[in-house]
Amino acid sequence: MKYLTEYRNLEATQKVLGQIEKVVTRPWQIMEICGGQTHSLVRNGLLDLLPEEIQMIHGPGCPVCVTPMELIDLAIALMAKGVILCSFGDMVRVPGSGMSLLEAKAKGGDLRILYSPLEAVRIARENPEREVVFFAVGFETTAPANALSVLQAEKEGLTNYSILVSHVLVPPAMEGILSDPHCAIDGFLGAGHVCAIMGYREYHPISEKYNIPIVITGFEPLDLAEGIYRAVLQLEKGTYRVENQYKRAVTEEGNLAAQKVIRQVFQIGDRQWRGIGTIPRSGYVLRPEYSNFDAARKFELVETGRAENSKCMAGAILTGQKKPHQCPHFGKECTPRNPLGAPMVSSEGACAAYYHFASTL
Amino acid sequence: MYSKPKLPDSIQLAHGSGGLMTRELLDEIVFTTFQNPYLEQKHDGAIVPLEGPVVISTDSFVVSPIFFRGGNIGELAVHGTVNDVAMCGGIPKFLSLSFIIEEGLPTSDFLKIVHSIKVAADASGVQIVTGDTKVVESGKGDKIFINTTGIGSPHPKGRIAMEHVTVGDQVLVSGPIAAHGMAILSEREGLEFESEIQSDTTNLNHLVDDLLQNFGPAIHLLRDPTRGGVSGVCSEIAQDSDLGVVLRETDFPIDPQVSAACEILGLDPLYVANEGILCAIVDGNDASEILSFMKGHAKGSKAACIGAIVEEHPGKVVMESSIGGKRIVTPLIGEQLPRIC
Repeated sequence: MKYLTEYRNLEATQKVLGQIEKVVTRPWQIMEICGGQTHSLVRNGLLDLLPEEIQMIHGPGCPVCVTPMELIDLAIALMAKGVILCSFGDMVRVPGSGMSLLEAKAKGGDLRILYSPLEAVRIARENPEREVVFFAVGFETTAPANALSVLQAEKEGLTNYSILVSHVLVPPAMEGILSDPHCAIDGFLGAGHVCAIMGYREYHPISEKYNIPIVITGFEPLDLAEGIYRAVLQLEKGTYRVENQYKRAVTEEGNLAAQKVIRQVFQIGDRQWRGIGTIPRSGYVLRPEYSNFDAARKFELVETGRAENSKCMAGAILTGQKKPHQCPHFGKECTPRNPLGAPMVSSEGACAAYYHFASTL
Repeated sequence: MYSKPKLPDSIQLAHGSGGLMTRELLDEIVFTTFQNPYLEQKHDGAIVPLEGPVVISTDSFVVSPIFFRGGNIGELAVHGTVNDVAMCGGIPKFLSLSFIIEEGLPTSDFLKIVHSIKVAADASGVQIVTGDTKVVESGKGDKIFINTTGIGSPHPKGRIAMEHVTVGDQVLVSGPIAAHGMAILSEREGLEFESEIQSDTTNLNHLVDDLLQNFGPAIHLLRDPTRGGVSGVCSEIAQDSDLGVVLRETDFPIDPQVSAACEILGLDPLYVANEGILCAIVDGNDASEILSFMKGHAKGSKAACIGAIVEEHPGKVVMESSIGGKRIVTPLIGEQLPRIC
């Protein structure tokens, strides 16, 4: 497949791995932001092929993992009210305080698993007598389509469509991690898909403030090897700047049309991150002029304040302080079938990646 | 022969009542289509000739949508059970056929399905000898569910058993993987996407028959990787044999469209269902000859050797990735779901 097979090529990847080996002189800790990158690293067995000096730290870029548990409870409460709840498939197995969306479906809830929020708008159009809510989670990547669904519903005059928003942003999360005095991360691989939308201008100040190289990186093994190589090269030279490895998808200014749609519907607001806590100005909330599409407001949802399972160390996993297999419950009490927390069931969760793919554990 | 005006446009509850309308439905559609001496006995069941040990397998079919690119629930119900009997090393001969129909199913749809069953059964060389029809209220089913049970005799040269799987055996697949699952997914509500992907649903009993005839005891184990895909089958083999399975990512045959659809939807083709390929664990010494034979067979032209049975990592399946890395392949938990970004 064009643009895929060439980035999964054995010789090309091994060549870059050899280059890393040549330049590396001391241990470095590099964090890949995105859960998709974590999965690719583990799935392709890349972690075992890197020189032992390079330690990959898995970041918080799993949208499902950082969606607050309370929001899942609220989504389940909506289903109990007879609402058609539409969600990306990733979200449906993540445990709420009592059950997951999938378990709520088994108890009679009307859950529809979709690939696009525009499908949810169609469902609202075809079911005028029912309320339809789309569970709008994700990083900057899913924001444009979610915003577009609101614009489309507005254009069609649909009053039975709304979204339950839990949008989070990458740069504030990076700052949150870097400002921790215990942070030992030397370099970042930036999330390629997020930057395809947002560009990478906002990463320059972070790189400068924290003296840290940031390499915007793709998701295939060759991309990741190259991203790591460029980060190591900077670290060995003692430089720090933003580089773009993922040029085939990412430009400095990003996708301006998508950004315009996001700005039209959303504004920046504080967000709670599951396992991490509230990070100021770290997510999107609906603009006041679109508050009619805000499911939380429409259905007067009240957060339950229920606490997370105390055995789950998702926060430490998501901020890279712990690796999944360092958790005493990993693969024992906590498995994809009976997860204690979100990183074990999300398809981009670090714990799921280690559970499904890691051969060395 | 398939469109008698006597029947109403859609199936009604009374068609499952056991009364006159049931009789009409059976006479007009079922008996006419499948006529054979065993059905004509008009018993409550069928008396069929079989000697020696009997191979038996049963399966229920609930696929949605019932018509999909490359097939429908009817032929699937024949192939699924015929293939299960064949995977035991059996030669399937007779099938039972039971319908649970949701009231309101268009009669024309039912006719189409029955016709497909007939075509598939003929192609597989099996006869429908007994059956049942029930109708449930609207909303209590999903258009139509089908159960089939197949019986046959063990192939005289077959030696299929988990205990024959040994270190050095090779893992062969008879064709490209993941086509059925992706064909179905492409037509599911909320996931529709344009593609030409066709289900691979087909019978494999003739291929199995020919393999056993020619290679007999060198065929150690046969499985059809339906739900759970190739990963499910290999995990089962690793666990049950307590040996390791090594797979090579780059050797998997896969149609480029199927591969692209999996990429787009974030699905691993290794976990996607197949309905027309088999996975064979064969003696390492005969593997290349068996592979060439499969490639020369109508049902195995794109066969490939994808891995081997090893002593290392007993109970586990390890995949060698395209870049030379390794990863564990775990069995599927729940339904495979798409990623979101």
